[in-house]
Amino acid sequence: MLDAFDAVTLARIQFAFTVSFHFIFPSFSIGLASYLMVLEALFLKTGRSVYENLYRYWLKIFAIAFAMGVVSGIVMSYQFGTNWSVFSDRAGPIIGPLMAYEVLTAFFLEAGFLGVMLFGINKVGRGLHFAATCAVAVGTFISAFWILSVNSWMQTPVGYEIAANGQFVPGPSWLAIIFNPSFPYRLLHTVIAAYLTTSLVVGAVGAWHLLRDRNNRGARTMFSMAMWMAALVAPVQILVGDAHGLNTLEHQPAKVMAMEGHYQSHPDGAPLILFGIPNSAEKRVDYAVEVPKLSSLILKHDPNAPLAGLDTIPDDEEPPVGIVFWSFRIMVGLGFAIFGLGLFSLVARACRKMYDWPLLHRLAIVLGPSGFVTVIAGWVTTEVGRQPYTIYRLLRTSESASPLAAPAVAGSLIAFIIVYFAVFGVGVWYILKLMGKTPQRGESPQAVDHGPIRSAGITPAPAVEADRGEGERP
Amino acid sequence: MIDLTLIWAGIIAFAVGAYVVMDGFDLGIGILFPAFRVGGERDMAMNSIAPVWDGNETWLVLGGGGLLAAFPLAYAIVLPALYAPLTAMLLGLVFRGVAFEFRWRDPGHRAFWDAAFCGGSALATFAQGITLGALLQGIEVSGRAYAGGWWDWLTPFSLLTGVSLMIGYALLGAGWLIWKTHGAIQTDARRFARPLLIALIVAIGLVSAYTPFLENKYYQRWIEWPGLVLTAPVPLLVAATGLLLWRSIDDPRDHRPFWLTLALFGLSMMGLAISIYPDVIPGRVSIWEAAAPERSQIFMLVGAAVLVPVILGYTIWAYWVFRGKVDEAGYH
Repeated sequence: MLDAFDAVTLARIQFAFTVSFHFIFPSFSIGLASYLMVLEALFLKTGRSVYENLYRYWLKIFAIAFAMGVVSGIVMSYQFGTNWSVFSDRAGPIIGPLMAYEVLTAFFLEAGFLGVMLFGINKVGRGLHFAATCAVAVGTFISAFWILSVNSWMQTPVGYEIAANGQFVPGPSWLAIIFNPSFPYRLLHTVIAAYLTTSLVVGAVGAWHLLRDRNNRGARTMFSMAMWMAALVAPVQILVGDAHGLNTLEHQPAKVMAMEGHYQSHPDGAPLILFGIPNSAEKRVDYAVEVPKLSSLILKHDPNAPLAGLDTIPDDEEPPVGIVFWSFRIMVGLGFAIFGLGLFSLVARACRKMYDWPLLHRLAIVLGPSGFVTVIAGWVTTEVGRQPYTIYRLLRTSESASPLAAPAVAGSLIAFIIVYFAVFGVGVWYILKLMGKTPQRGESPQAVDHGPIRSAGITPAPAVEADRGEGERP
Repeated sequence: MIDLTLIWAGIIAFAVGAYVVMDGFDLGIGILFPAFRVGGERDMAMNSIAPVWDGNETWLVLGGGGLLAAFPLAYAIVLPALYAPLTAMLLGLVFRGVAFEFRWRDPGHRAFWDAAFCGGSALATFAQGITLGALLQGIEVSGRAYAGGWWDWLTPFSLLTGVSLMIGYALLGAGWLIWKTHGAIQTDARRFARPLLIALIVAIGLVSAYTPFLENKYYQRWIEWPGLVLTAPVPLLVAATGLLLWRSIDDPRDHRPFWLTLALFGLSMMGLAISIYPDVIPGRVSIWEAAAPERSQIFMLVGAAVLVPVILGYTIWAYWVFRGKVDEAGYH
């Protein structure tokens, strides 16, 4: 049993653990940075204090999420070398420059302007402060661009040559490497997921406060904005996800076979397996509930199109079907639940019951964390689905790891688990505490009303509400 | 013909240098933290670095990421060799980084996050110093991989460099506070600066005396004729700078101790470069052996040539926005 935990397995667990933990924060802060940008733009344009109050309210939460994203991201940037040194040596000439561009174009931009964003409002004036907010928001997007380019290249590698020393080296075109075949789909799918994740959190917080006080102006505004986002973007995400799936079928067919649970080839139309228990030993899905021909219809847009199964690839190239099968279903299922929430909000809006339909608010609260679950499930699907390779069909995971002894990796894994759960658990608790406070007029820059003022320049709004219309604007 | 590899070695050295210059003083403030009085003094120390620490730390990511991009072989050998200290550094940085936010959010547990800020800063610094020492004393290499043991990095020399860096960063932090604060905390910072300076000069002396005996090449560079002529000015400059720094501690021009401490760091880094050039893993792998292919180097150089000046530009701007003395209530 313990033999299963060799150094490579432990390194894989460590990477999966730290990257999953890390990705929770950027998937939130990418969307939140853009939300803050929109709020500040609306405030500058309309002068309505509700936007300024919401900006301050969410800025405090953003600061904590961003700090946790930064520190867990630094860990990731070193883990390529500590645990995956053979991969780093072999792929470094290609993925290294892409990640260096991420640092140069995104990390510095975010970090440089974050200080001004958090502490500089009275020092630089409103226009420059807005520019700093925009810089941070754009930085989060640029960061996503590069890191997804790296990940996509590992999934669909093109534009490389293999040098005498075994390294993957760039071919003549860097553009071919950056814009590799799966990159546009992955980037779009991930960034939209980040926006949806944030809108679900914002919507849940808005709903929580609406249940307590349905006339709270800030709660109304954030709930309404978030539900617009969910209603408009969730259907787009379903279309993008479908296109991404077709792209995966073209370039990584084994991953799709695992997602669908197709152990056997289907020469005359494959069924869609809704649920079941994949049984890799027997090469079949037990207790399968399936719809005939539907898988072929979705993937090939023809119910009778033949579809190859995992029986067409060697056993040692088969991804772990059970994990991929289930994570894919969690992602899709929650995606449709989010879509349903968006539709529900449109109905409520049409009935003018947006702010006083507790069922809608409760559903929004229940689905508040679902973006994170969906995002993690999606990453599990794509990362586990490309196993047993780190660079698809070129470099095996088992041949990528550092020459380390298992106890070293086990020791650091335990340390990471303890520290991450303690530190980030506390951070999430602080975020929840901030979310539990009702958004106020003249929202204080402080989370706590006593103690030293970390005002960092963000002074409370004028006592007189500039906002004239307190009336309804559903 | 321009040697791209040399240019990239220069850029990585610059990134690491920029990291030490910028994150050095804010890590130093973390190390000194317990010496400040709870309340206003600690808040002021924290406020003086809150807007810039994140940007400072990004240079560490550029150092690591740049090494992977420009010298992937070195990255692949060094990181597993220094697995334990680097993991400790990362965990230290986790605690320290979140403390910037958490200590303000939870007054009930502020003492805990103050301890996390200090402990994390100290651990990260100590680990960085150990990393430097372990590199200098040599790493076992076989083929394209690390071939040494799990505890090879731990020697009296690496512990010495670890402690030395803690002293150095602490002095930088004291210099920063002399510059950026006033009142009781500034008086405290001046008071800490003197013993720290003495300790740092002793530490530099010990490391310098030890280094030539680690590797034959270092010995030739530093001690044997004619290397001695070229290298002798370095210790002399260290002594002169130390003297100036000693006298600047009571100087009303508050910025001087910080800049003179940076000059000491600059001289130490110069000494380091004299020892190891042109190797990226001292005594084992030269920069040319570890270099990425030309297409990778050129692609990145285009970006770095444009972006590094831009980054320096807005970094200077951000420091300029938060210029002047800080107080308990933060920046206004």
